[in-house]
Amino acid sequence: MLNRIWFWLLVIGVGYGLAKGTAQSVFGPASEWGWVQAAGLDDPPAGDPPLDAEALAAQQLPVNDSPLAPLQDAGKELTEAALEGATVSVEICLGLIGVMALWLGMLAVARDAGMVDGLAWLLRPVMRWLFPDVPDGHPAQGSILMNMSANMLGLDNAATPFGLQAMRDLQTLNPHKETATNAMATFLAINTSSVTLIPSTIIALRVTQGSENPASPLFGMLLATIASTIVAIFTVRFLSRLPQFAAPPADEPAGDDSAEGDASQAASNEGEDA
Amino acid sequence: MESFREISETFSQWTIPAALLLIVLVAAWRRRPMYEEFVTGAKEGFNVAVMIIPYLVAILFVIKVFLASGMFDDVKWGARFVARTAGVSEDFVEGLDLLPLALTRPLTGSGARGVLVQVYDEHGTDSFIGQTATLMMGSTETTFYILSVYFGAVQIKRFRHTLPACLIADICGLIAAVAIGCMLFGGS
Repeated sequence: MLNRIWFWLLVIGVGYGLAKGTAQSVFGPASEWGWVQAAGLDDPPAGDPPLDAEALAAQQLPVNDSPLAPLQDAGKELTEAALEGATVSVEICLGLIGVMALWLGMLAVARDAGMVDGLAWLLRPVMRWLFPDVPDGHPAQGSILMNMSANMLGLDNAATPFGLQAMRDLQTLNPHKETATNAMATFLAINTSSVTLIPSTIIALRVTQGSENPASPLFGMLLATIASTIVAIFTVRFLSRLPQFAAPPADEPAGDDSAEGDASQAASNEGEDA
Repeated sequence: MESFREISETFSQWTIPAALLLIVLVAAWRRRPMYEEFVTGAKEGFNVAVMIIPYLVAILFVIKVFLASGMFDDVKWGARFVARTAGVSEDFVEGLDLLPLALTRPLTGSGARGVLVQVYDEHGTDSFIGQTATLMMGSTETTFYILSVYFGAVQIKRFRHTLPACLIADICGLIAAVAIGCMLFGGS
């Protein structure tokens, strides 16, 4: 599934950029096309308006008046986007190192002091219903709860380290190390739709944008996220029972060595096509 | 509402210091070697952060390329064109400004924030469109990013039903956001 989405994102992205650049090279800039002007929308057609010669001269940039300029620009933008994506992701991870170390360090202290287990013990009926595959008292319960509480309070920085720790704890229960378990799917579905009590990032953004009442969407957001979390829990339950998403049978040896992993991956891809 | 906002703001500023203090106090009460425990945990954090790099590069660069093709802007423009030609009400045409936000949100957090700021600039933060956009932003997550990072940390390659389940939940979150936005802020 991810293979295919990855492939199509890349193909559509490059293909669309190529087609748009070519069209603009052949027919001139989109803002001058007859039917676009005839559409009569007040907003300019998508894309940055081409800099005119004066603006370029003001910035002392050479005027590219070649008829192929739009095509060249499109290619340049795609190249820059690809390189920027790679750079940004490494920056994100480097920035994450310190935060991860801080929060996983505190999590270790809290766990050692028995606080995490205490929290898990309090909420064990909920956890048992949500994650029937996770035994009582397993460390995964604690880290899942820490992640959920950080998410609810809008502490994005703390939620990621707890969440990654939860994935690692869940992985210890996984018989097939390259395939997601039901518990992981449930955890991520709840995580991505998480109930929000205090959306601190969004409130901060609204303050900087000059809102008179920055906290006004708080209540609506709570309702909307409760709805999406309920849907997430039931959807993930339902989908896990469908044959095309079935986990490999438990007696099959875990596909740890690469050849076997490839073979079973190919098999699962065929299953998707059917 | 103003005092409520102040209380919630104060509360959110003090969550982290309070949590840190609580953990350390309980650990001291239990007489645990907290410094050693902290360093052990922190070491793991370093490893996880480095391990997710390849997974994040794989997903982010593809998303960036896709967004750079300018397709979403054209989709928004095309949708407006079709809606005007079909002669639907002007309110609905305005609402189409929310479309790029709905499409960008599962792909990238920073991109979606950019789109949100654009919506605020055009319609105002406290307008119906602005409020609904805020709800849409808050009730969904950057699903693709989260899945690749979280699964990358444990090197899982087959996601099974996780992606469809998360996307369905996202769509429901968006629908709920628009519905609640209409109920709470519509008609003004």
